[in-house]
Amino acid sequence: MNDRVGGSPRRVGGYGRVTGEQEYVADIAAPDALHVKLVTLDCARARIVSIDTTDAERIPGVKFVMTPAHLPTPIPRFGPQFEDRPILAVGETRYHGEPVAAVAAETKDAAESAARLVKVEYEALPAVVTLAAALVDGAPLVQGPEVRPGDPLATTNVLREHRVGWGEPEALEADKADLVIENVYDFPMVTQFAIEPHAFMAAPDGDGIVVWSTIQHPNWLQRVLSRILGLPLSKVRVLSPDPGGAFGGKQHAKYEPLVAMMALRAGRPVRLVLTLEETFQAVRRAAATIRVRTGFHSDGTFVFQDIAADYLIGAYADIADRVVGKGSYPGCGPYRVPAARILARSVLSHTTPSTAFRGFGAPQVNWAVESNIDAGAVALGIDPLELRLRNLARRGDPFIPFDTPADGDWEQAARRAAELIGWGTPLMPGRGRGIAFGIKSGPTTGLSYSTVRLLADGSVVVYAGTSDMGQGARTVLAQIAADELGAPLEWVTVVMGDTAVVPYDQQTSASRSTVLMGNSVLHACREIQARLQSMAARLYGVEESTIVVERGIVRVADLEVPIPDVLVRGLGRLGGELIGIGEMRKEADPEHPLGGSAAFFEFNCTAIEAEVDRETGDIAVIRHVTVSDVGKALNPLQVRMQDDGAAIMGLGHTLMEHYIYDDAGRIRNLGAIDYRIPTSMDLPLELVSDMIENEDGPGPYGSKGMSEGALIPVAAAVAAAVRDATGVVIRDLPLTPERVWAALRDRP
Amino acid sequence: MNDDVQRLPISVTVNGDERVLEVAVHHTLLDVLRDDLALTGSKECCLVGECGACTVILDGRTVDACLVLAVEADGTSLTTIEGLASEGRLSPLQAAFLDHGGVQCGFCIPGQVVSAHALLQDNPHPTRADVDEGIAGNLCRCGCYEQIAEAILRTAEASGR
Repeated sequence: MNDRVGGSPRRVGGYGRVTGEQEYVADIAAPDALHVKLVTLDCARARIVSIDTTDAERIPGVKFVMTPAHLPTPIPRFGPQFEDRPILAVGETRYHGEPVAAVAAETKDAAESAARLVKVEYEALPAVVTLAAALVDGAPLVQGPEVRPGDPLATTNVLREHRVGWGEPEALEADKADLVIENVYDFPMVTQFAIEPHAFMAAPDGDGIVVWSTIQHPNWLQRVLSRILGLPLSKVRVLSPDPGGAFGGKQHAKYEPLVAMMALRAGRPVRLVLTLEETFQAVRRAAATIRVRTGFHSDGTFVFQDIAADYLIGAYADIADRVVGKGSYPGCGPYRVPAARILARSVLSHTTPSTAFRGFGAPQVNWAVESNIDAGAVALGIDPLELRLRNLARRGDPFIPFDTPADGDWEQAARRAAELIGWGTPLMPGRGRGIAFGIKSGPTTGLSYSTVRLLADGSVVVYAGTSDMGQGARTVLAQIAADELGAPLEWVTVVMGDTAVVPYDQQTSASRSTVLMGNSVLHACREIQARLQSMAARLYGVEESTIVVERGIVRVADLEVPIPDVLVRGLGRLGGELIGIGEMRKEADPEHPLGGSAAFFEFNCTAIEAEVDRETGDIAVIRHVTVSDVGKALNPLQVRMQDDGAAIMGLGHTLMEHYIYDDAGRIRNLGAIDYRIPTSMDLPLELVSDMIENEDGPGPYGSKGMSEGALIPVAAAVAAAVRDATGVVIRDLPLTPERVWAALRDRP
Repeated sequence: MNDDVQRLPISVTVNGDERVLEVAVHHTLLDVLRDDLALTGSKECCLVGECGACTVILDGRTVDACLVLAVEADGTSLTTIEGLASEGRLSPLQAAFLDHGGVQCGFCIPGQVVSAHALLQDNPHPTRADVDEGIAGNLCRCGCYEQIAEAILRTAEASGR
């Protein structure tokens, strides 16, 4: 039964995706909509002197130019952690691409022409675009003390410091270890580069407003808009069609408040579709510099990890500080570490606000710590896999002392990956192998409601506020409902992306949806099954307790009755339907440094075989093995697709991706020509994905969250393979041919 | 609006139907497909011919519709993603994309399917290397290349030698 849980049916919603019928936000017909174009400056930081819209407003078709003068004073600000981002820049711009005004016009052409004619008089100011510049004494403050009242760090560019540690402080002293390895590693700024650029539309809707967005978290956006517009939640309807890729970059509000204000001013729909360049300026991953001191015993077991990670976040916090705190928290990795000290700082800069991106802060620290472990293995003469296995947390180990204990048999994934890469077998000359482990904390809190309706003919409608941005949530939720209620998959409809219709879901992030929304849908189905049980008892004149309803079947004594048979007879002449409500909570824990323990961990082992061209520095990935512990694959094909995709995305920041900033704080490689992501020509010669299934997760049928883990250890595994092949160690990403070539040239 | 914009008449065959329309001289074929003809299957992403999300077949050759001026398409015959399924029936290639997991978020998929369709027309039995080269101009950030290649190769296999 390919439809059921554990099968890999065709993607629900797949038809529209292969025919072009799928409607993304930018595809929605709105003939009466005004087109919006943002007005930006040619530098990162500037004092705005004046904005003259006269010439722009003379362009035929231009309705108005929105400037801060048309917005309430003080200007409304928003942000998921700190309400620091203004709807339009006021007084000063803080990153290249920050809008200072926005044109609304009848056509895209008119809007674009007019945006060029908005005269902004400004004085360019020195911008800080690197960690060094942001942290130096006397550095210009990205956010003045006035926007950070009562904050002891407000006179610096450090937004927050996150400290976690355990063991005695003396345990971190060098003389406690047989070997101490200390290095500094750099991780570049990279961008999500969803192929669908962000798009927004808003329209007055009676006494409320309707907003379309490519957003991942429609309910969160609804709250932001409700507050800014002073409307009750019931009067703010957010429609969020399936995003065309998101990867974290579409979690939080960006230009929706602006577009909503413009729609209210216009009294008609307005739409804003970003260019890819504007998307680059809107979202990115934090860069980081990470200093790691690792203490080893001579047998390779850890004495301590001492990690100091500075993350270069952008001009506004967005969710970046949470990324820093949560991403660095499991920074010691999936190991038993007797003593640890982690200090992670989020550092503001005049750059694109960094935000969530697959891995949520973990890839940066993992790159450093796993590379340092590799260095320790080399120094001690111990096999890097063996050294890791000696330290690996076993199921139930409280490996992060105040968090969820190790929740998998992770050694299985490691051994599977080693076997698939041929670890320890002879290599061809010029080649090397590397291996690394990755771990990511799942969601720390969560709340997912769902509604399931079993209609009179046995077909099913599921209402779930998860966003299906490619990960395949729609299919998995449909499989759960089909399986539990005995409907063919094509009889299940999943309604998402409409806050007026679909019950509340906290968010689609942290690989939570299979576990949290999956359980919610499962509970809703169970409620319906309980009603079917009563129905069957009545129909067959037996005690309710003698009836079992499970996985699509009603068992009455020795009879197995399909659910629709009981349903049709039970509903009787009036027909009707059975309705189940699901609710799944992951409660907060105020005592926990992250506000809650991990719902699960994503564990992945990546093993790489690579060949380095000594003449050009080019790295060819010969074989890339990725093995994740997923608990139970509800849809094995989708699991493989997500792990393959994460692996390839990991190769992007490992081998080629990085923003290049100039001194004025402008991104020089803005757009698809100069910022390269992996194409079909950049793949490993062999990409081998596998998974471990022990049905030991908290999700339906023992599933765990997955889809970020396979990205996390890629960089360290590739760098270790390069080291194995050449003896050269590189601590800056990406491992571009130029960098590898230079390292080969300069080696002693 | 913008009455000073010069417009020219063009005639173009789109998925078998002749369309006669006036287009702004500076509008790209992609602008016209999406905004004037409401054929939104061709997607807008990079607008510099790098991502392939707007790939269409123009007189038998794949092009990025964002790099072709609409007036240049005058007198040509176009196939877009909307022209590949007939009467609600998926082409074997489209079906293979679904059967082999070639689709995640879906935003690049119209371009991928059109490129793959053209590849198989030119080369009915491609090798894996041919396939990788054939879709090299179509970015997929979901990283679904292995499955897309599988879909294309299986489609070729099924069509017989």
